[in-house]
Amino acid sequence: MRYLPLTPADRAEMLGVIGVGSIDDLFADVPAAARKADLFDLPLHAGELEVERELSSLAAMNRPAGAGPFFCGAGAYRHHVPATVDHVIQRSEFLTSYTPYQPEIAQGTLQVLFEFQTQVAALTGLEVANASMYDGSTACAEAVMMAQRVTRRKKAVVSGGLHPHYAATTQTIAHAEGMDITRLPAAIDAEAAVIEAIDAETACVVVQTPNVFGVVTDVSKIAEAAHTAGALLIVVTTETVSFGLLKSPGEMGADIAVAEGQSIGNGLNFGGPYVGLFACREKLVRQMPGRLCGETVDAEGRRGFVLTLSTREQHIRREKATSNICTNSGLCALAFTIHLSLLGERGLRELAELNHSKARELRDALAKVAGVEILTPRFFNEFAIRLRGDAAATVEALLTDGIVAGVPFSRLAPEAGMDDVLLVAATETTTTTDIAAFADALARRTGQ
Amino acid sequence: MTMLNVGRPTRPEAVLETSHRSLSGGRGLLQDEALIFEMGGWNKTGVDLAPAEHDASDLGDLVRTAPIGLPGLSEPEAMRHYVRLSQKNHAIDLALYPLGSCTMKHNPRLNEKMARLAGFGDLHPLSPQSTVQGALALIDRLAHWLKTLTGMPAVAMSPKAGAHGELCGLLTIKAAHEANGQGHRRTVLVPTSAHGTNPATAAFVGYSVVEIAQTDDGRVDIADLAAKLSPDVAAIMVTNPNTCGLFERDVIEIGRLTHEAGAYFYCDGANFNAIVGRVRPGDLGVDAMHINLHKTFSTPHGGGGPGAGPVVLSAALAPFAPAPWVVSDGEGFKLVEGAEGDAAQAFGRMSAFHGQMGMFVRAYAYMLSHGSDGLRQVAEDAVLNANYIKAKLSAVMTPAFPDGPCMHEALFDDAWLEGTDVTTLDFAKAMIDEGFHPMTMYFPLVVHGAMLIEPTETESRQELDRFCHALVLLAQAAKAGDVDRFRGAPYLAPLRRLDETLAARKPRLTWKPELAGVSPAPIAAE
Amino acid sequence: MRFTKDHEWVVLEGDVATIGITAYAADQLGDVVFVETPEAGKTVKAGDGLAVVESVKAASDVYAPISGQVVEGNAALGDAPETVNDQPEKAGWFAKIKIADKAEYEALMDRAAYEDFLGTL
Repeated sequence: MRYLPLTPADRAEMLGVIGVGSIDDLFADVPAAARKADLFDLPLHAGELEVERELSSLAAMNRPAGAGPFFCGAGAYRHHVPATVDHVIQRSEFLTSYTPYQPEIAQGTLQVLFEFQTQVAALTGLEVANASMYDGSTACAEAVMMAQRVTRRKKAVVSGGLHPHYAATTQTIAHAEGMDITRLPAAIDAEAAVIEAIDAETACVVVQTPNVFGVVTDVSKIAEAAHTAGALLIVVTTETVSFGLLKSPGEMGADIAVAEGQSIGNGLNFGGPYVGLFACREKLVRQMPGRLCGETVDAEGRRGFVLTLSTREQHIRREKATSNICTNSGLCALAFTIHLSLLGERGLRELAELNHSKARELRDALAKVAGVEILTPRFFNEFAIRLRGDAAATVEALLTDGIVAGVPFSRLAPEAGMDDVLLVAATETTTTTDIAAFADALARRTGQ
Repeated sequence: MTMLNVGRPTRPEAVLETSHRSLSGGRGLLQDEALIFEMGGWNKTGVDLAPAEHDASDLGDLVRTAPIGLPGLSEPEAMRHYVRLSQKNHAIDLALYPLGSCTMKHNPRLNEKMARLAGFGDLHPLSPQSTVQGALALIDRLAHWLKTLTGMPAVAMSPKAGAHGELCGLLTIKAAHEANGQGHRRTVLVPTSAHGTNPATAAFVGYSVVEIAQTDDGRVDIADLAAKLSPDVAAIMVTNPNTCGLFERDVIEIGRLTHEAGAYFYCDGANFNAIVGRVRPGDLGVDAMHINLHKTFSTPHGGGGPGAGPVVLSAALAPFAPAPWVVSDGEGFKLVEGAEGDAAQAFGRMSAFHGQMGMFVRAYAYMLSHGSDGLRQVAEDAVLNANYIKAKLSAVMTPAFPDGPCMHEALFDDAWLEGTDVTTLDFAKAMIDEGFHPMTMYFPLVVHGAMLIEPTETESRQELDRFCHALVLLAQAAKAGDVDRFRGAPYLAPLRRLDETLAARKPRLTWKPELAGVSPAPIAAE
Repeated sequence: MRFTKDHEWVVLEGDVATIGITAYAADQLGDVVFVETPEAGKTVKAGDGLAVVESVKAASDVYAPISGQVVEGNAALGDAPETVNDQPEKAGWFAKIKIADKAEYEALMDRAAYEDFLGTL
């Protein structure tokens, strides 16, 4: 077995050093009834060639996003990632290191996390950010629970524009912690509807911009209403590239901003691993979940970085921790930070403008198709359209034309009664040819 | 003969002082590296993009006008910056990384290559199901391996890490109790030696945590457990092999007592790597157990994540597992994404999509490479290596539980350091100077000054001997009164010991231009 | 000054008790990095959580040694948590409580008893 260095001779000699007769003696504490003498009913070990062959054949059964015209978004976006990013994250020192609990020999990871935290704080317009969460949806759930700790109130009001899977995740996790989640019905352009549901018991309101239908909203008024009632405003963003073009959550009054960071540095990966961004006002930092990296000095006075404020965390506070989270999304955060360092302010802005431009081009093309209604009034790189008939059926039909047309809203929220709504996204990877092919195929299908 | 009499000396002329300092701050291959915010690239980018055809005038005042504050780097600058930073990290690819409980084993690069196949890496989670049949098949096959290896009938694949898996497991248990009219149960029993995530997770779900005592030989105190099991107990959470690196000999009795009390047995599977291929948790009475794919099945730790934490479930708990999951019929695979129909009892959803697919590909490649025979050998070699270290180091250090074998990790206390003026922390920091990452320290909490050493199965005997040799020398130095070697350590790492008190008292969590005397210039008008 | 087995001290002036942690406790905690003190007006019973004190390695709850209503929390500790280490039984106080029942105070240990107690640890 190529991954196991011990030889039979090594094993025999080592048993001698230990002073036992056989490997079974080392498993003596296992109850006899539970010791398996035989191999399990699974294949035997295989060479690299055979493993590669099997996995390649599974991969070949899938249609990658890059295989042709592709318009899915809804929380995961296909962007171009510079080759440098993947090269650096595969360096042994980043890929095969652990959580930086020994800072003297983990400054690489720690400095990256400090850069990451600073970048996330800048993007979201807030003062502090943590060292990443599992993904955007779990970050959203953590934000709601943090609001409960800050306000000591139990009610969360969730907008109908929040990604339904985010709402479901938040409902599952925050409800388990004793919160009462008021989830407004799915609505395309109604983030401000949360205002009417705010009362004196409200810990937080959760809104998304751009929301799941792609609608961009200035949430300043919602922030005012929340703050007047003593509640926090949590702003969710699933398309991080949008920060390059749009006003930041902090600028609009958010107390906590959470986002899915996949768009920067990370591939689609069929849903994970992704990287959750989590930022908040400085005064709330002691209630923040997750790891934090901070600046300090070493014994000789040189600048260095350490994990800090860790008394909030599970390994010290145990049942009183702010969160049970241990693992973060370190390598995905590294990819995010490298890609964003390459982009810089100018590159991110240009990338965001390019995404918006492609989406406008897509909107203009689809608006000309008979029977298509554009539902999203203001969008970044994604919008909702209404079709004549079932959107899922249309997606299936267009697949035969080689086009992946988008995400039927019914897939995210079958109960919403929006079976004719399709979510479509364009990014810098979308070409004019792709758009024309989509519009032509849709015209042929819906014209029938 | 022809004389080559120009050139340079080819051997060192004098032994240099180790305290030699450079003039500029660099140290040979180790460069002092600034933050990207100090590199001045406020109007620079390392990405060339096509121009946008349409502007953003349709968005009016939704468009940001203030600068963001993001520096940019050209590609060579970015490459150099991050490669220099990488050189300040220890890694499993550099040397044995004996962090007990964390399982730092070799990460095969084949697995990285497989995860990057376009059919996995460039696959959208909401792409139509007919376009992702290979991905669903892989999830289904990985699930089959996990179920077979654990002897459990079901698995929830979506949890994103171990603690997320614990949360999933406890929510499943809570849902099952509620469905069975047992929703009044409010207590979870956790041994004192448990991982911090166990009590944190139980509290998170709204349970009160009651600790179970430990016996002198490092196992759950069955009598204390029996006394604390009551109609109020929802579950027990036991790590097996436990955090002392010992197998719970009475595990079957623990399960029996727990079930008799109407509670469920949650097993923390962080240490499954010690028994994989030899022992099935399903044969031990376990109802739910998360499996850290990043430990047992070697997906890379990546400096702290991402992980993956699927949870295997007993038949009693299976109906309550969260969405989504994969089902197959004769036609192919289907993803059940919501709590409808057969899935009506699902307790909810753990995250936006279907779990850590990138980790699934890597773990599945790892499993196929090892096969049933190789995985069994993994457990055997992991246990053999740990016992070898325990045997070799027991000559100079004090094992916390000297009697009988350990499993995959060897636990020492600090009794042997008594009178030396060297602490566990000092000893660990001195290991850095010897080229090794320290072991897990001060955990589990039940052992004084604990040093928990987990070598894993991917260490050669030569590397184990090299490691033991270094530790024996260090132990001898500590006992010989060479205190400075320890108190000042590390001396040879990129940095000396860091001031954690300062970091916590005056938190500086982001780079701030005003503190650095730099102001980010706004982007030049276009 | 009176003491508890949780290593807290109480000084009573009139009906206002000043509460802090003992020098022994401050030493055991190590460098204190953060203190969360209660807001004025909060009513506490003896044994309730009153404040939180964090060192780099541990977070500990400080329990009310005595019942009453909080008059003042020591806001100065917010910016200077190190005061708890430097002057634990003086400027490093945590809270002042208007007490309900003087008998609770009388029942606490005096310094000699506390030092005897420390001797048993």
